[in-house]
Amino acid sequence: MIEFIKQPWTWYAAGILIGLTVPALLILGNKHFGISANLRHVCAIILPRNISFFKYDWKKEVWNFFFVVGILIGSFLAAQYLTNSAPVQVAPALLAELKLYGITDHSSMLPHELFSFSSLFTLRGFIMLVVGGFLVGFGTRYAGGCTSGHAIMGISNLQVPSVIATISFMAGGFIMANLILPYILKL
Amino acid sequence: MPEIINKKPISFSPSIADTDYEVRSLDTECINESHLRHKWYHNLKYAVVGILFGIAFTKAEVISWFRIQEMFRLQSFHMYGVIGTAIAIGMLSIALIKKFNVKTIYGEQIKFHNKKFNKGQVYGGLLFGFGWAMTGACPGPLFAQIGAGFGVVIVVLISAVGGTWTYGYFREKLPH
Repeated sequence: MIEFIKQPWTWYAAGILIGLTVPALLILGNKHFGISANLRHVCAIILPRNISFFKYDWKKEVWNFFFVVGILIGSFLAAQYLTNSAPVQVAPALLAELKLYGITDHSSMLPHELFSFSSLFTLRGFIMLVVGGFLVGFGTRYAGGCTSGHAIMGISNLQVPSVIATISFMAGGFIMANLILPYILKL
Repeated sequence: MPEIINKKPISFSPSIADTDYEVRSLDTECINESHLRHKWYHNLKYAVVGILFGIAFTKAEVISWFRIQEMFRLQSFHMYGVIGTAIAIGMLSIALIKKFNVKTIYGEQIKFHNKKFNKGQVYGGLLFGFGWAMTGACPGPLFAQIGAGFGVVIVVLISAVGGTWTYGYFREKLPH
């Protein structure tokens, strides 16, 4: 059984479990699945200043911090105890392309050439990690939700604005990955 | 906490409507929340859901930068399968909850909120898509990558908090 779990999971096994998060949170306490809101709560706690967007009773949202702490623990457990040491499967076409940019490490899920503290102090690493992270935080809040709040929760609840948001996420991703990223990775 | 904040958690200037759909306190009945106030350990059940969710994320390689690159280059079906299945299960669950009027474990009515379109969903969505393709992470996997031992992602997370704060600061000047 444990050996079975240790293999990388199929898309449908993960999809079912992730999808079940929606009714689990609703039934456990009327909570709406959405993760990027936590970034807003952090702002509300540490630096609300006089910004109305951050002035609300964040204490009512602490359940969401418990949820992300659970994600931290779950991913830690999965990485420590439920894993086999085989390299991550990567599409051959992608591997060939990344090789052009000097990215050859696929021993783990994030390539070491980009995701390391030494990379952080290069122009390429700074753009990928710091600018990329900034866009994730700015964009999700501007859109009013992320992949969980809009793509999964919103579309599950048949909300047209969530469909529009999800199409925009995907369009942005396609533009970045295919048209802009090659220039950044060349740096 | 001032009284006004308890009753109506956020009142933006009249020119700009509430566009955020993940923060429950913005649009729920905060007046009669008192009987739903629980001790802190009641929140542990959300941590349990988070643990299962985090395991699924990590084991299915949703947190893999490579998987996200494959998705945006149409080189693999994997991520489309994960997200598509999750939406199908979520949709079915919500339909069943509505049809059978399922209550929470505390007997409370489960509430849904309709979202209104605003341009932020397009502009913000595109910007988030850029960031997603760069970091290989939407906010959920960001936490899972840190848990899985990729320490440098803490920098990405701090930067994402900075991005969220910057949005809040310029919010009323941005087109919505």
